[in-house]
This record gives sequence, C-alpha cells and structure tokens, in this order.
Amino acid sequence: MPTTSPDAARAETLSIAVEADVVRVRQAVRTRAAALGFSIVDQTKVVTAASELARNTLKHGGGGHCRVEPVTAGGRVGLRLVFEDQGPGIPDVRLALTDGYTTGGGMGLGLSGSRRLMTDFDLWSEVGKGTRVTVAKWK
Amino acid sequence: MDRIPILRMGPFLLVTIQVDMYDQLALTLQEDLTDLIARSGARGVLIDISALDLVDSFMGRMIANIAQMSRIMDARTVLTGMRPAVAITLVELGMQLPGVRTALNVDRGMELLRAELAAEAVATTGDDEWEPAPQAEPGHADDQP
Ligand SMILES: Nc1ncnc2c1ncn2[C@@H]1O[C@H](COP(=O)(O)OP(=O)(O)OP(=O)(O)O)[C@@H](O)[C@H]1O
Ligand SMILES: [Mg+2]
Repeated sequence: MPTTSPDAARAETLSIAVEADVVRVRQAVRTRAAALGFSIVDQTKVVTAASELARNTLKHGGGGHCRVEPVTAGGRVGLRLVFEDQGPGIPDVRLALTDGYTTGGGMGLGLSGSRRLMTDFDLWSEVGKGTRVTVAKWK
Repeated sequence: MDRIPILRMGPFLLVTIQVDMYDQLALTLQEDLTDLIARSGARGVLIDISALDLVDSFMGRMIANIAQMSRIMDARTVLTGMRPAVAITLVELGMQLPGVRTALNVDRGMELLRAELAAEAVATTGDDEWEPAPQAEPGHADDQP
C-alpha cells in the first residue's frame, strides 16, 4: 500500500448498524494500521479492540458509528478510533470496566480488554444520552 | 444460508474457520457440530484457525462453548494453528479458553487426540473390564454418504 496516498492520512467514519458493519470496521482498521506501518502484533491488538468496541456499539448502544483517524504527535504516528452511539449509556462506568462484568451474557472483556490492548483509552457515557469510547495506539 | 463445513477424519471432526464469524454463522456451526458428534460418535473435534488474523471475545466464547458441548458429548476439542499475534492478543484481552487444548497444526492436533484415545482405551480395559464396550445406539447410526 503506497504511503503517499492522500487517503492514508484522512479520517473516515463508518456506520455500525448491522453485524456486517462490525466486520467492515475490522477490515478498515486493519487496512489503516497496516498502512501506518504497525507491526503484525500491534495490528492484531488494534483490530481486536476495534472488534470489541464495534460490537458494543451495536449490541449495547443500539448502533452508532466509528471514526478511524490517523494521528501524529511529537513526531509519533498513531491510530485513533472513536466509537459513538446514542444508546442507553452506562450507569456505572467503573463497574463496566471491570474484567468479567457483563449485562448481556458476554465475557465482560470487551471494555477492560480493549483498554489493555490500546495505549490510550477514554470512556464517556451518560445514561439516556449515549456512549463514546476513544482509543488510540501509538507506534 | 452460510455454513462452515465440517469434515470427518476417522473418529474426529475437522472444522476449518476461514471467514469472519458473526452470530448466526457461529450458532449454526455449534448446532451442526453437536448434531454431527451425536450422529457419528466422534471422539474429538479439531478447530483450525490458521486462516484467522484475529480472535475476539465473541469468537473466543464460541470456541469455549464448542469445547464445553463436545466434552459433554464425550469428545475433546483441540484448537490448531493459532497465529502468534493472535495468541499474544488473546492473553492481553484476558480471554481464557478452559478445556481447550492447542496444537501447532492439524497434524499435531490429530496426534494429540489419537494419543489420548489410546491412553483412555488402555485405562478402560485395565480397570473396568466388566463395563460394556461403547456401542452405537440404534437410531444414531452413521449416515455418512
Ligand atoms: N456502547 C455501550 N452502551 C451501553 N452499554 C455499554 C456499551 N458498551 C459497554 N456497555 C456495558 O458495559 C458492559 C461491559 O462491556 P464489555 O464489552 O466489557 O462486556 P460485554 O459486551 O458484556 O461482553 P463481551 O464484550 O466480553 O462479549 C456491557 O455488558 C454493557 O452493560
Ligand atoms: Mg463487549
């Protein structure tokens, strides 16, 4: 993939409304992470976190979107992902970030695991308004 | 409808996962597998994921479920071909796969299952001679083409 491509640095927003969208988010994130030169292990971590968060947006948030955005800071290159929905929100954010905590019969690893897999992790949520998870991985 | 093919290899079943999993596909696979284990009396299931470039908690749960169901039906599960990057990521994600053994590739996985079956056979004939040998129940006949 040519790194000179103008598209490589541009942000894109993908909607998450059906299961197939989760797969599309994974693919878009994989392509970006590879284009930015992330190692295979880091690509895998970023894509896995993206898969978890996209699924949460769909399942718990009732759908939303994901912004995929290459970023630079102090000469470092990174990939930022923002997952946003206007769903029910999370009443207790700290509890939701605990390993094994689930309200949906899952493993309860999506949020806590994504936090471990990424460098930066920020969770905003308000009951009745929605949820926004911002993560980034730096090279 | 999409389906993941299940191959019979002697007393074992081989499932090669090559596509991105989603809910319905995973559920169908679980049903097909339990059905086939019941009908064929398979003693082991190999799940090959060498084509997968990620395993998230959803996939992990599916694999753990298959292993659990298989065990209840007296079959073991071996997960084969997990890529190193996937293994590293799974650990960091915090995903454990209880009851699932792993092997480098399908051949090694088969060896593992065969060795176990053999060990079991020895243990059974040694201690429980009075126990009737397992037989195919009527109505569970193998209907392989
Ligand atoms: N976008 C969201 N909107 C509302 N609630 C959410 C959202 N994301 C997560 N949650 C809440 O946080 C809990 C923990 O999420 P997490 O992803 O860690 O586990 P899970 O989705 O339940 O299971 P897993 O991801 O392991 O299959 C969820 O059960 C849900 O209650
Ligand atoms: Mg989740």
